[in-house]
Amino acid sequence: MSHVGVERTATGVPNRKLGIWLFLASECMFFGALIATYLVYQGQSLVGPYPEDLFNIPLTTVSTFVLLMSSLAMVLAVSASQRQDMRGTRIWLGVTAGMGLIFLGFQAYEYAHFIQAGLTLSVNLFGSTFYVLTGIHGTHVLIGVVWLLSLLVHTLRPLDWSRRALDIEIAGLYWHFVDVVWIVIFTVIYLLGVGG
Amino acid sequence: MATHDEVYQGIRSGFALPRPQSTTGFWSWVTTVDHKRIGIMYFVTSIFFFLVGGIEALFIRAQLFAPNLNLISADRFNQLFTMHGTTMVFLAVMPLSAAFFNYLLPLMLGARDVAFPRLNAFSYWMYLFGGIFINLGWFVEAVPAVGWFGYANLTSTTYTPGLATDYWALGLQILGIGTLVSGFNFIVTILNMRAPGMTLMKMPVFAWTTLVTSFLIIFSFPSVTVGLLLLTFDRLFGANFFEVAANADVVLWQHLFWIFGHPEVYILILPAMGIVSEILPTFARKPLFGYSVMVFSTMLIGFMGFMVWSHHMFTVGLGPVVNSIFSLATMAIAIPTGVKIFNWISTLWGGSIRFRTPLLFALGFIFMFMIGGLSGVMHSSAPSNAQQQDTYFVVAHFHYVLIGGAIFALFAGIYYWFPKVTGRLMNETLGKLNFILMFIGFNVTFFPMHFLGLMGMPRRIYTYGPELGLTFWNQVSTVGAFILAVGVAVFLVNLAVSLRRGEIAAADPWDARTLEWMTSNPPPVYNFAEIPVVSARDEFWARKYEGVAARESAAAHENSGERGIHLPGNSYFPILMAAGITIFSLGLLYHAAVTFTGLAITVLSLFGWAFEGVGGTIVYPEGEAR
Repeated sequence: MSHVGVERTATGVPNRKLGIWLFLASECMFFGALIATYLVYQGQSLVGPYPEDLFNIPLTTVSTFVLLMSSLAMVLAVSASQRQDMRGTRIWLGVTAGMGLIFLGFQAYEYAHFIQAGLTLSVNLFGSTFYVLTGIHGTHVLIGVVWLLSLLVHTLRPLDWSRRALDIEIAGLYWHFVDVVWIVIFTVIYLLGVGG
Repeated sequence: MATHDEVYQGIRSGFALPRPQSTTGFWSWVTTVDHKRIGIMYFVTSIFFFLVGGIEALFIRAQLFAPNLNLISADRFNQLFTMHGTTMVFLAVMPLSAAFFNYLLPLMLGARDVAFPRLNAFSYWMYLFGGIFINLGWFVEAVPAVGWFGYANLTSTTYTPGLATDYWALGLQILGIGTLVSGFNFIVTILNMRAPGMTLMKMPVFAWTTLVTSFLIIFSFPSVTVGLLLLTFDRLFGANFFEVAANADVVLWQHLFWIFGHPEVYILILPAMGIVSEILPTFARKPLFGYSVMVFSTMLIGFMGFMVWSHHMFTVGLGPVVNSIFSLATMAIAIPTGVKIFNWISTLWGGSIRFRTPLLFALGFIFMFMIGGLSGVMHSSAPSNAQQQDTYFVVAHFHYVLIGGAIFALFAGIYYWFPKVTGRLMNETLGKLNFILMFIGFNVTFFPMHFLGLMGMPRRIYTYGPELGLTFWNQVSTVGAFILAVGVAVFLVNLAVSLRRGEIAAADPWDARTLEWMTSNPPPVYNFAEIPVVSARDEFWARKYEGVAARESAAAHENSGERGIHLPGNSYFPILMAAGITIFSLGLLYHAAVTFTGLAITVLSLFGWAFEGVGGTIVYPEGEAR
């Protein structure tokens, strides 16, 4: 019997899974503080450019849709790993990471466009709050992509499925969280921000 | 003692580095993942920083001994009180509590280690490197001088140019990451690693207070993390978060800071309350009075701790409604706290009390924490607070809570668990002298500050005029500070003497009640040869005096010594990753090349960490301890 792979815990939840849930709980406070900061400073910029000059809702809707669909791909990867379906696991991990990269591509395009239009980190409060909030979210996506690709490479080696499925499920929890945060950001910052 | 025969899993290299194999000497400590060794490292480091913070305090008190003294300049004074506060909160009291979490929790829960041993080591190295980082300023004349809460916009590059404030912000960020990680680790440990039969309501109260403290950490630290991040973006990359010229609101910083800062107060005091709740029943030879009420008050304090932050901001001008709500919430939090005081007193009531040093410190805690609590209730009324805000009255209040409260309880804990860690008792005569000197010194230092505050002496001024009538109480206070320092010196002597020549402790020197005393002093590396099965709240006591038999269970058998005990392998990666993050932060202040080097070290360590696996060895204990 493996002494490491199967752990007996008092709650029945594996240590690492409980750990990631706690981490995500803490991340809620982290993003909560960042989004609150954005809202406190919304409409307070003294000079332009302002959100309504720059936001391209249809474009961002597309990138949001891609990120949302990546959660579906993630679910399929987790499901495949639990069925011990090596091929499906690899395919869906790759698709998830790929969609994450597409989202990051949209974000890079958006940043380039905004900077060209004069919105920098320093120009006004909108610039500071927008770049820091979405930049930190983008960093989370980037970390998620690297994580998923590492798991993808790792599944090329002989593996112990019970551990690997848990690895993938944990990465999935993180990925879904990052996705959910984006839904809040998109709704509050983009949709309500311009309308209000 | 134990034979290592079967070499487990990951001797294979984790990345480029071979797995560290030494079990003694310098490298075994650098690469250790054993919670007991990490606890000892936390202890030694936090005592060191406690002394640094104490020396800073003595300089402050010396400067205030007489009117218009010029021992140190006003600038230096600002640096001293900033570093004193930062050091005592983040580098002394919190990590000293962490030393207790680390060493004791797995033992109290009947576990072999914490849930994530390598993350535990990582937390320690982040603490050590963060502490050094914040103090680097002393060597390059860039000492932070913005107060421990660094109010915006004093922290902007306009008002504090140079690197001092950056050292402070980034250093706190490093410390914060380490603390957050240990918060996750201890929650998982407490929820998941309990011995069979130990339900949540059978846990020692110390485990409960650690659990609530850890929840406070993971929910409150993100707020200051964001605050410091925004500040760093302002200072290093020209963002506008706290730039009034760009229409920013500096009160945002105060909210972000105190949403963390008030729970932080409970992060400092709850572990102390837990320690006292373990010590009083042992020395009164009675169970803790009102265990479940104690647990629920702890939860209530933790929960309400998040709803009172604006009482630090009563004079900001948030309006009468906000101030009233926060006033009421603050008054309400005194209720669960008061309940605890009565529970402790009731625990002592009718007990056969033994006045040993740990109990003396615990009694000192109750008495002085109560004074601190009462002056806290005085601040909670917003109009009264307007009179006390930023005066020495507040300084008196929080030192009663943090020294009279936290430090006295932590000292009680040190005297109580010293035999557990070292196998020797601390000297009782020196211990009593230590207590008396600290008790007198502390009260002589801080009680007069109540008077000074009400007489109108503001905090953070480097001197005062003779015509203000503040001289006498300041002199009393300074004399007290030096008595307190002598008390601490006696403590250090006691530590050194007892470590070498202390009386050898019996297996159960205090006739204690909880699981940690069921193994040898000091415990073997695997803690328990056989994991105990728990059926009572004070399991050890119940087995000794109430005829509760040790139970067998399948779960315990599966994890028993006969089948071999898995010890996780040592690792280089926790210290490497902490070093990477520290180098990254340093690079932000000096050169991009350094930043990228730090980032590369961090990422490589992360992969090395992930791919080396848990590793370790299987150990077979020879003699069954119990």
